[in-house]
Amino acid sequence: MAATQKKIPVTGAGPFNGVLTWVDQRFPLMALWREHAAEYYAPKNFNFWYYFGSLAALCLVIQIVSGIFLTMNYKPDAHEAFASVEYIMRDVPGGWFIRYVHSTGASMFFITVYLHMVRGLMYGSYRKPRELIWIFGVVIYLALMGEAFFGYLLPWGQMSYWGAQVIINLFGTIPFIGEALAVWIRGDYNVSDATLNRFFALHVIALPLVLVGLVGAHLMALHEVGSNNPDGVEIKKDIDPVSGHPRDGIPFHPYYTVKDMMGVAVFLIVFCAIIFFAPEMGGYFLEANNFIPADSLKTPLHIAPVWYFTPYYAMLRAIPPMFNSQFPGVAVMGAAVLIFFFVPWLDRGRVKSIRYRGPRYKVFFTLFIISFLILAYLGTQPPDVWGSFPEGVPVVGGGVVGAWVARLLTLFYFAFFLLMPWYSANDQEKPEPLRVTY
Amino acid sequence: MKKILAILLLAPWVAFAAEEGGHLDPAPINLHNKESLQRGAAIFVNNCLNCHAAATMRYGRLEDLGLTEEQIKKNLLFTTDKVGDTMATAMDPKIAKDAFGVVPPDLSLIGRSRSPDWLYTYLRSFYRDPASKTGWNNTVFPNVAMPNVLWHYQGRQVRKVTTRVDENTGDKIETATLVLDQPGTMDRLQYDRYVADLVNYLTWMGEPAQTARRSWGIVTMFFLAIFFVFAWLLKREYWKDVR
Repeated sequence: MAATQKKIPVTGAGPFNGVLTWVDQRFPLMALWREHAAEYYAPKNFNFWYYFGSLAALCLVIQIVSGIFLTMNYKPDAHEAFASVEYIMRDVPGGWFIRYVHSTGASMFFITVYLHMVRGLMYGSYRKPRELIWIFGVVIYLALMGEAFFGYLLPWGQMSYWGAQVIINLFGTIPFIGEALAVWIRGDYNVSDATLNRFFALHVIALPLVLVGLVGAHLMALHEVGSNNPDGVEIKKDIDPVSGHPRDGIPFHPYYTVKDMMGVAVFLIVFCAIIFFAPEMGGYFLEANNFIPADSLKTPLHIAPVWYFTPYYAMLRAIPPMFNSQFPGVAVMGAAVLIFFFVPWLDRGRVKSIRYRGPRYKVFFTLFIISFLILAYLGTQPPDVWGSFPEGVPVVGGGVVGAWVARLLTLFYFAFFLLMPWYSANDQEKPEPLRVTY
Repeated sequence: MKKILAILLLAPWVAFAAEEGGHLDPAPINLHNKESLQRGAAIFVNNCLNCHAAATMRYGRLEDLGLTEEQIKKNLLFTTDKVGDTMATAMDPKIAKDAFGVVPPDLSLIGRSRSPDWLYTYLRSFYRDPASKTGWNNTVFPNVAMPNVLWHYQGRQVRKVTTRVDENTGDKIETATLVLDQPGTMDRLQYDRYVADLVNYLTWMGEPAQTARRSWGIVTMFFLAIFFVFAWLLKREYWKDVR
C-alpha cells in the first residue's frame, strides 16, 4: 500500500524533520501519530472523571519500571525472599524508594481503575458501539487482580503467606475438582517455595505481558469508535462539513495531553505524599503483620486481604456455608466480579449518561456504590466489628450485625446488575441534548 | 484445607480482641534525638542481642546516628569484629529453643510489626509469676516465653488483684495492678526513660531510612507543586481557544 506511494516529507518547527521523514518512509510514524494523538478527536467536555484512564496507564508504567528495579535485588526463594526485601529497604541505594513506589503503586493502580470503572458506569461508556472496550476493560481488571494477588505473596511475610493460603483454598471449595485444582495452583500441598517461584514468574512476566497487550487492545478499540463523554452524546453524529471533524471534538494532542499532564501533577502529589510520609497508609497499603516472616506453623489471628479485594471478601464471609461447603460464598464472590461483563446487554436505557437518567437508575446506582464502599470497609474488619443482635429478635436474633449488613449490601450490589433490564427500561429519562454541554 | 478455611472465615474473633486490646501507654520517642538513639543502640546491643538477632541490620548503619566507625568498633561490637556485618546473636537457636520453648524472634522489624506504644508498654509490664516456666509473665503479652531481662534495673513487679463489690449491682469487680515488690537499681522515671531510649532505637531500626525519607518528601512536594503550576498554566493557555 503505502510503500508504492511517495510520502509527503515531514514538516514542522523542530530540527528533526529530516530524520522523521527518513523514519516515516520506512515506518507509519506520522500515520500512527495522527491517528492516535494529533487527529484523534475527543469530545471537548471531558470532566474530572476522565483523568483516570490516562492515570491508570501511568500506574502500569510506574509498576513495570519500579518492578524491573526490584527484580534486580529480590530473590524468589522461600529462605531468602523476606530478607532480600529488607536488603532492598536497607542496603540498596534508593531501594526503599523503589519498594515504596511499587507497594504504593499497587494500591494507587486499583484506586484509579475503580474510579475509571465508576466513570464508565455513570456515563454509559459500555453501551453500543463500545461493548468491546468495556469487555477488554473487565479482562484488564481481572488480570490486575491476579497480578496483585501473585505480587502480594512475594515479600513472604505472614500476611503474604496466609492471604495466599486462604485465596488458594477458595479454589479448593469448587466441587469435584477443587482439591486437585488447589494443589495444581500451589504446586505443592501447602503454600511453599514452589508456589513462591511460580507466583514470581506469573507476576513479573506472564501477567504484565497480558496486561500490556490488553491495554493496547483497549486503546485500539477506543480509538476505532471514539470516546464517550459525560453527556453520552455521540460527537461523530455532528461532523463539520468544512473540516470533516466532529464539531464537538478537539484533537487529543495538544488539548488533552496538556490537560492530562495537569492531572498527572496532582496524582503525583498524592502518590508521593503517601510514599514519603505514610507508605504503610495506616496498615491499609502495608500491613504490620507482613513485617513478620512467613511461618507455616503460626496462623495470624486476623487475616484480611489488602483493601482492594475486601468488598468481595466481605461478600464471601457473609454467605453462610451450605451443604457443608464454602462454595456458595466463593461462587457469589466470583459472580460479583464476572457480572461486569454483562453490563452492556443488561442496560436497556435510551440515554447513556447518568445526567439524563431517571430516578430509578439513580437510586440503584447510588445503592450499588454505597454497598461497594461499606463492603470494602467490612472486609477489612473482624466480622463482629458491629457486635451482635440481641437474642430474641426475630430472624436475626443472636446474629452478627456485620454479617447481616453485608448480606443486605450484597443483595443491593447484585440488584444493580440483575434488575437493570427492568429499571433502566422503565425510567423517566430526560431527553439527551443534540450537542455536548460545555 | 477445607477445615482451615472454615476456621479462618468463621472463627469467633475473640482471641484477636483479647490480644490487641488493653491500654497501651504512648511511647515518648523522638527519632530526631540522636543522643537517645545512641543510648538505645547501646542498650539494645548490651541486653537484647544476647538472645535476639537483628539479621538485616548492619553495625555500620549506626553511623546514621552520629557515631563514628571507631566508636562503633570500640563500644558496640560483641558478636563480630566487622562493622559491615549484620547484628547476629550470640545464642545458638537450638539452645534457645530448649531454654525458652521458642527461638527468640529477630528484632530488625519489631518496631514495624509491633507499634512503639506496644513495645514501650510491654517492656514495662513484666511481673513475677511462679506458675510460668521462667518465673515471669506479662500483662501485655500473657504467657510470653521471654523473662524480664531488665529486672535488675526495673526491680520486681507483682500483680495485685483487688476485689470490690459494686454497691448498686452487687457484682464483684476485679482490678489488677502491677506493684513494685522489690526495687531495682533505677527508680521508676529512670527506668521509663531507659525503655523509651530502647524503643526509640527499635523504631528507628525498623526502617533506618525513615528520617531521610521524610526530608526527601518535603523536597519532592515542593518540586511537584511547581510542576503543577506550570502544567496548569500550560493547560489554561491551550484551552483558551476551546469554546
